[in-house]
Amino acid sequence: MLAAQVLINALVLGCLYACIAIGFSLVWGVLNVINLIHGSFIVLGAYLAWGLYQSLHLSPWYALVIAAPLFFCLGYIVQRVVLNRVITAPVLVTLTLTFGLDLILNNAMIYFFKADYRKLTLSPPMGSVSLFGVVVPVDRLLATAFALALTGILYLILRRLKVGRAIVAVRLDRDAAVLMGVNVKSIYAIAFGLGAALAGCAGVLMALIFPISPLTSSAYLGKAFVVCVLGGLGSVSGALAGGILLALIEGIGSATIGPAHATTLSFILLIVFLILRPQGLLGRRGFE
Amino acid sequence: MTRSNVILLTIVVLIATLPLFGGAYALRLGTIACMYAILALSWNVVGGLAGYPSFATAAFFGFGAYTCGVLLSRDVSMAFAVPVAGIASFVLAASLGAALLRLRGHYFAIASLSLIEVFRELVNNATDLTGGGMGLNIPLGAGSGVMTDATFYFVSMWGVLLATTLMVIIVGGSKLGFGLACIRQNETAANMIGLNATLYKSVAFGLSACFVGAAGGIYAAWVHYIDPSDVFDILYSVKPIVMALIGGLGSPLGVLLGAFVYLGLEEVVWRNYIQIHSGVLGVLIVLLLLFLPHGLMSVRSRLLAWRLKHV
Repeated sequence: MLAAQVLINALVLGCLYACIAIGFSLVWGVLNVINLIHGSFIVLGAYLAWGLYQSLHLSPWYALVIAAPLFFCLGYIVQRVVLNRVITAPVLVTLTLTFGLDLILNNAMIYFFKADYRKLTLSPPMGSVSLFGVVVPVDRLLATAFALALTGILYLILRRLKVGRAIVAVRLDRDAAVLMGVNVKSIYAIAFGLGAALAGCAGVLMALIFPISPLTSSAYLGKAFVVCVLGGLGSVSGALAGGILLALIEGIGSATIGPAHATTLSFILLIVFLILRPQGLLGRRGFE
Repeated sequence: MTRSNVILLTIVVLIATLPLFGGAYALRLGTIACMYAILALSWNVVGGLAGYPSFATAAFFGFGAYTCGVLLSRDVSMAFAVPVAGIASFVLAASLGAALLRLRGHYFAIASLSLIEVFRELVNNATDLTGGGMGLNIPLGAGSGVMTDATFYFVSMWGVLLATTLMVIIVGGSKLGFGLACIRQNETAANMIGLNATLYKSVAFGLSACFVGAAGGIYAAWVHYIDPSDVFDILYSVKPIVMALIGGLGSPLGVLLGAFVYLGLEEVVWRNYIQIHSGVLGVLIVLLLLFLPHGLMSVRSRLLAWRLKHV
């Protein structure tokens, strides 16, 4: 029974991890930029959900609808104004630049919201369902469903929409995409905007489950790193597989050697994966 | 020895005269200046010379701090503990480097970044040895007055800085430095003409960690209390990069000056805007990368070019 519970927990948590990582993975895959602001975007999304619920009693599901366009615009502007200037620079420059942006955003959040932990508590609470002795809280289940839906929407955008195909084209071969008449700078900005929108929505979902504080942004970023490397870059299904794998390993690790070591375990796994199989579980393919 | 290296060494030697006319505040600032210079010069060996975007500085800084701290709290003398921290950092970094440095670009950056997390979590969980999240109290030294203490830690830190400077100059003029420059320009080609790139990179990684570890050790003894979130702070990885970028990548003199400029900026910001200091640091990073990507050293040549054009 314990095994079933661990498995279900891992599946639920894994989908959420995938949702955290997918925007990060998109930006990394398309722009070749490690976006260190991602964690702070997630926390900002969580604050948005918390603020809307606190002031207008607006349910987080509506917050999702507000967060997506808002964060898209935010990301689009950041890419257009700042990142596009250095997009061809070496790794060190783009990485340090996004770190600087993250310092600004994170410090601003600490300044305005303080570093205290807050929790979005729905009233009335949603309770939990139990099936064959396996217990799952309903809010967690719903958040998972939304996380899956978000990944599904991204998949459809990349698959069906013209702009999505352009994003995939730029990822696969930038120069060829330019020759086909794709405006690369604008595609970069759209991809970064999509990444930010996904981060914001992930944040809204996180607000339902985890406490909110600017200090948690690095933990989210760390998860995104590990999931991306485990699953392979810039692949929607890879992010799902990586998320579930990470959640499984953390779950099994917590159950067997104690929860204190779960993070160590996941990072050691990350390093081992980086060395042995840097292309991730699902290899180096396009967005599928 | 090149002219810029002579200037570099002269500046470092001149710093040693600080206790002659500085008060406690100047000594504190001087100790931090030496520490920053050690971190930045060390980072430059891997990041500037070999062109590997390493974010591991904080990992070895914390490792050195804890090695030294644990030894000191077991009544080992500092003259023994600090070198042990340095040597242990060298060995650890060189062996980790042999595996990690096979990665390139983003992958290396993340792997080095996650080293910090791994070390922090390990220290956090080894409660018996390190005190875990409670932190580690390090016994006070002989305790013969504030100024004597301040001078002692300043001189120790300066000694490590001098050793770092000598290491940087020697590496820069040696076969190792030449090999690292080859690796930066084209690693595949360097490998093909028979350069043992893995060995070179591992030694460079080890050397860059060695002095960082020693500096971490002195830092631990100096502040008497360390905890994992303090010494394994990712900012210890990012600040040296910013300093090196301010000064200009690859040039040791530039990097040293970058460290001092950075410390000056930080001190002004800390004093005036304590609440938003990390945000200001972020703004500084962004402006620097957008408008001065080749550092202060490039301003001089740019001014020169401008003047020549407008004569």
